[in-house]
Amino acid sequence: MAPVLSFTERGIYCPAGDFHIDPWRPVGRAVITHGHSDHARPGHGSYLCTPEAAPVIRHRLGDIRTGTLRYGEPRRIGDATVSFHPAGHLPGSAQVRVEVAGEVWVVSGDYKVEPDGLCEPFEPVRCHAFISECTFGLPVFRWAPQAEVMAEIDAWWAENRAAGRASLLGAYSLGKAQRLLAGIDSSAGPILTHGAVEATNEVLRAQGYRLPGTIRVTPDTKPKDHPGALVIAPPSALGTPWARRFGPSSAGFASGWMRLRGIRRRRGMDRGFVLSDHADWDGLNAAIRETGAERVFVTHGYTAVFRRWLAERGYDAGVVETEFTGEEAGETAE
Amino acid sequence: MKRFARLFETLDRTTRTNAKTAVLAAYLAEAPEADRLWAIALLSGRRPRRAVPSARLREWAAERAGLPLWLVEEAYPVVGDLAETISLILPPPLRAAERPLSDWMDWIETLRPLEEGARKAEVLAAWDGMAAEDRLVFNKLLTGGFRVGVSQKLVTRALAEATGIEEPRLAHRLMGDWTPATTSYAKLVLSNDPGDDLSRPYPFCLAHPLEDPADSLGDPGGWLAEWKWDGIRGQLIRRGGELYLWSRGEELITPRFPDFAPLLDFLPDGTVIDGEILAWDRPENQPLPFAQLQKRIGRKTVPKKLLAEAPARMLAYDLLERDGADLRGRPLSERRAGLDALLAGLPPEAPLGPSPLEPIASWNALAGTRATARERRAEGLMLKRAGSPYHAGRRRGDWWKWKLEPLTVDAVMIYAQSGHGRRANLFTDFTFAVHDGADLVPFAKAYSGLTDAEFAQITRWVQKNTLQRFGPVRQVAPELVFEIAFEGIQASPRHRSGIALRFPRMARWRQDKPAAEANTLADLQELLRLYG
Repeated sequence: MAPVLSFTERGIYCPAGDFHIDPWRPVGRAVITHGHSDHARPGHGSYLCTPEAAPVIRHRLGDIRTGTLRYGEPRRIGDATVSFHPAGHLPGSAQVRVEVAGEVWVVSGDYKVEPDGLCEPFEPVRCHAFISECTFGLPVFRWAPQAEVMAEIDAWWAENRAAGRASLLGAYSLGKAQRLLAGIDSSAGPILTHGAVEATNEVLRAQGYRLPGTIRVTPDTKPKDHPGALVIAPPSALGTPWARRFGPSSAGFASGWMRLRGIRRRRGMDRGFVLSDHADWDGLNAAIRETGAERVFVTHGYTAVFRRWLAERGYDAGVVETEFTGEEAGETAE
Repeated sequence: MKRFARLFETLDRTTRTNAKTAVLAAYLAEAPEADRLWAIALLSGRRPRRAVPSARLREWAAERAGLPLWLVEEAYPVVGDLAETISLILPPPLRAAERPLSDWMDWIETLRPLEEGARKAEVLAAWDGMAAEDRLVFNKLLTGGFRVGVSQKLVTRALAEATGIEEPRLAHRLMGDWTPATTSYAKLVLSNDPGDDLSRPYPFCLAHPLEDPADSLGDPGGWLAEWKWDGIRGQLIRRGGELYLWSRGEELITPRFPDFAPLLDFLPDGTVIDGEILAWDRPENQPLPFAQLQKRIGRKTVPKKLLAEAPARMLAYDLLERDGADLRGRPLSERRAGLDALLAGLPPEAPLGPSPLEPIASWNALAGTRATARERRAEGLMLKRAGSPYHAGRRRGDWWKWKLEPLTVDAVMIYAQSGHGRRANLFTDFTFAVHDGADLVPFAKAYSGLTDAEFAQITRWVQKNTLQRFGPVRQVAPELVFEIAFEGIQASPRHRSGIALRFPRMARWRQDKPAAEANTLADLQELLRLYG
């Protein structure tokens, strides 16, 4: 019997249902875990995702054929039964459960196990085989509870306000930016957003996700009208003329990679906040344990090392190569 | 420890000099005196030697974290810093027992004589009792790898802010080979009698590279030119009937250079001379290549054979003290005249002589003189304003180094290794080769000269073009070409290529050049013939 899922040059493929999961080359039928651009790519014949993920994916990819499937609701595709389960990565993100003839495989997509108060919290799914990301699959990556990190950010913002500086906070425009908005003390002062962040905010607000009020930065925005503001922007916008308009400022960056001093220093930011939308070392190990799976395939991250670790723990462990680097994803991945 | 760990964190994450100075000044005003002294020592590079081999620390940390050793070893190159790797994997502390910095530094000394089992117990207990956020600094002190981006000038300025004592005075007081074991904060910093340590050198006056054309310096009549020798900058002191030799790294190296001992009979007491220590070719009466001097640098004692093969001599640049009087505020032309007068009586075979001044007929003519530097075994010229004082540290405007353009070859990258610290996770350390018929012969390693963006781009390329892995080293497809710049070239039987370069670095990435057009071993041999 063919395995439930196989690994092809287009991505993860289910022969029984003739569909791909997060494929990186155009395919007929794509099942999509979430809207980040390395998972939801243009050019597929049709897209299946959760109703919560669909608006952002349509916003990013334009005119595509999208079907939706609610969390926990099974759907028959060919000889396979497919369902989505919350991955806790960002609003609408899902793990994909695929069952063929009683055998269950789960593709994690990107996930984090700590509830963040905004997106649907991660739910472990029992399975025979689990395909897990391992972006942070080394024991040096351990996250402090979210509340502690948010308090650090609040304190940094307060310190900057007191010193008459703007607080420029770099965060990816889909996911991290909204998680920050929902998690910080938004009553402390004005919050300005880069256009890319605000575009996502608008999509998510329209869906009913609760985000605090924000002010979109436009060419007419006068920073003087918003003293002591917190400015949330994609990391690529920091250090550019766009960011310099805010005058005296402190620059921070929120990412799991900020756990490493070398990367913090290389980024040249005033502050690095260790906040990731991926599972840390303990999170990965706990998630894998809770699936009850005997077979585990790892992808995206320190795959060779993490596979060996799992093999030593008694798992039947393998590596799924991705198109991108096939190894350490580096700091571009989050 | 907490206070010092927070100081380190703040210094580490701030890039603004003023902010760094302010937090350091606050620390130096508030911390207990013994901690202040240790902070000054650590920030000025006076860190204790490694007290525990790093392999042991790795094993003990893996054991404490319940992880296999191989996993810790895989994580280490990703983090790029062993002390940090350990601090990131250790479990939370079992108890919190705060001890001041100076206490821990004393404790580190007590580890040395212990046998391994006892040492391990001590270190594990220390980790168990220390807050997670203090462990990074602690581990760095333990591995002897403590460093932070703070210049000596900044330390001096912060101390001046904290104490109200002027900077130049403090700069002088902090010189020399003191350690916290040999002095106290009060004695070192607050004492009004700098004469209590006769061996103490003056802070070295340093120059910036000249980037503009020389004629931008104005009338050549106001300048003095001399060779920039390729040796060790040093300060020779005769005080209280003793002779002391200091390197620019503030190391007292008198015992390594017995060559200078006879000068005790020639120099009057109360003399301080700034000059260049060189290995000397007596028959040719000129410096030997730097490689000859290098043989002597690492040695605490010098065998007779080496003393004869590579005798040391100092070429003097400046006179800082005469008859016990500090001359640093006097104009250079006056100090130089004093130096020449002082050295005029020395016999020619003495291990000390003046570094000759070169006439400046015009800037253009001087450029011609500079072009002959390699033949003179010099790196280029130094240009010094005739009226300049002897500044403490690096000051722009009065002294310039005007070095020769480096030699260059185009070479192919064949191995790559990831860097440390802020370059962890990036491939930055490369081995380069030149063509030799159908072979590629490695001849140099380099890890500087490119931008972070270029390193990031090359890192992605290396990940996709690895042919083989040897531990942390990747053999890559021989495709990328770099222009390698270097200061000197020497024959070297220890290297497969038969040559060794001085200060090789990447001048640029030749994205326009295919590997087939890189230089050959024959090209290098020709450079060796011309400049070796």
